[in-house]
Amino acid sequence: MAMFDAFTAIVRRDLVLAMRRRSEIANPVLFFILVITLFPLGIGAQPKLLQAIAPGIIWVSALLATMLSLDSLFRSDFDDGSLEQILLSPYPTSILVLGKITAHWLTTGLPLLIVAPLLAVFLGMPNESLSILLITLLLGTPILSLIGAVGVALTVGLRRGGMILSLLVLPLYVPVLIFASNAVEMASTGLPVTAQINILISMLLMALVLAPWPTAAALKMSINS
Amino acid sequence: MQSNLTHQLQGENLSCIRDDRELFANLCFAVHTGQVLLLEGKNGSGKTSLLRIICGFREPDTGAVSWCGEEIPQSQYYSDMAYVGHLDGIKKELTVNENLRLSLALGQPGKLTIQQALGKVQLVGYDDTLIQALSAGQKRRLSLARLLITHNILWILDEPFTSLDKQGIVLVEELMAEHCANGGMMVMTSHHDVNLQGVDVQSIRLS
Repeated sequence: MAMFDAFTAIVRRDLVLAMRRRSEIANPVLFFILVITLFPLGIGAQPKLLQAIAPGIIWVSALLATMLSLDSLFRSDFDDGSLEQILLSPYPTSILVLGKITAHWLTTGLPLLIVAPLLAVFLGMPNESLSILLITLLLGTPILSLIGAVGVALTVGLRRGGMILSLLVLPLYVPVLIFASNAVEMASTGLPVTAQINILISMLLMALVLAPWPTAAALKMSINS
Repeated sequence: MQSNLTHQLQGENLSCIRDDRELFANLCFAVHTGQVLLLEGKNGSGKTSLLRIICGFREPDTGAVSWCGEEIPQSQYYSDMAYVGHLDGIKKELTVNENLRLSLALGQPGKLTIQQALGKVQLVGYDDTLIQALSAGQKRRLSLARLLITHNILWILDEPFTSLDKQGIVLVEELMAEHCANGGMMVMTSHHDVNLQGVDVQSIRLS
């Protein structure tokens, strides 16, 4: 199917690009690791307190790390004219945009997932909540990339869009943060977390279906400036 | 098969206002198969704005552009057109081949393969070269190679001769004449004198 080929071509291109500009992938992960390792140093020898706030720390750091990586989503394509070519493709822009978001998640969300267990142990998180932490990250980080894409698409045409981007996107990230960190906290006390997980799944599905369209429309608007 | 049909790009009563300045008003044109529309005018006269309106990036303040009688944006139009603008649309971290393969995936395959197209624009042997290592003229030729590998009828070119040397200009003119002879058409802007043998060129001067 030609449309699927176009989608995979975009994903593959962005992955190759990410491999060739390694610092861009390394940056958010490094930030994530640094912030989390600084907390125990700042709080001092209080393992109980650290354990209690661990889910929040990990999720807030994941959220900020994603925010940090958002600008790179469309910036270079906007600057070198690749975005114009993507918009002129006969295939639906929303599908191609979804390809770019997928690649963005694979290069920024997935690495967080890989280092998170190590950092969770470091913060003294109980083993029972470790799997729930991974599930929430697996469901939550793609939502962050999808919602973020709408914000970046709106601000990519502005020279200093960084501040507006955080104002636009952060409020929309809050529900993910609340449900995800709450699920991890509940899991550590042995309570059921099905409700939170289901809500995260529904948020992911909704973002997956609803985010690519406004992103495509916003890109068309940004290119016009 | 496509060359037997005639296609038509038409602009009616187009006007464009930018920052309270009217760039052009009530502009009408029609381009048919085999023809070239050359937009002339000094810097800031609205050539690029008109091209972007024809591409569908920008909406005209009045009037409409239509392709084969149907107003754009429409999906058939986007599979029949190709645009090379000021920006190359080429990723500098990728190789020549990777760039062309992406363009191919984003469009529909055209008459030439990637190898044949590289031959046409005299970039044979550069397949695995990173774009960073290419000169400005070579990059320009590569972005024109994109037009050859995908299916398209209408070429929209913004200053296609920028940074090309004399040989490069002759080469690109040959490609353009060939495209028009094979049932294609073009809309372009240029500061250079365009020398297209045996092609019906209309020009519009924007002021």
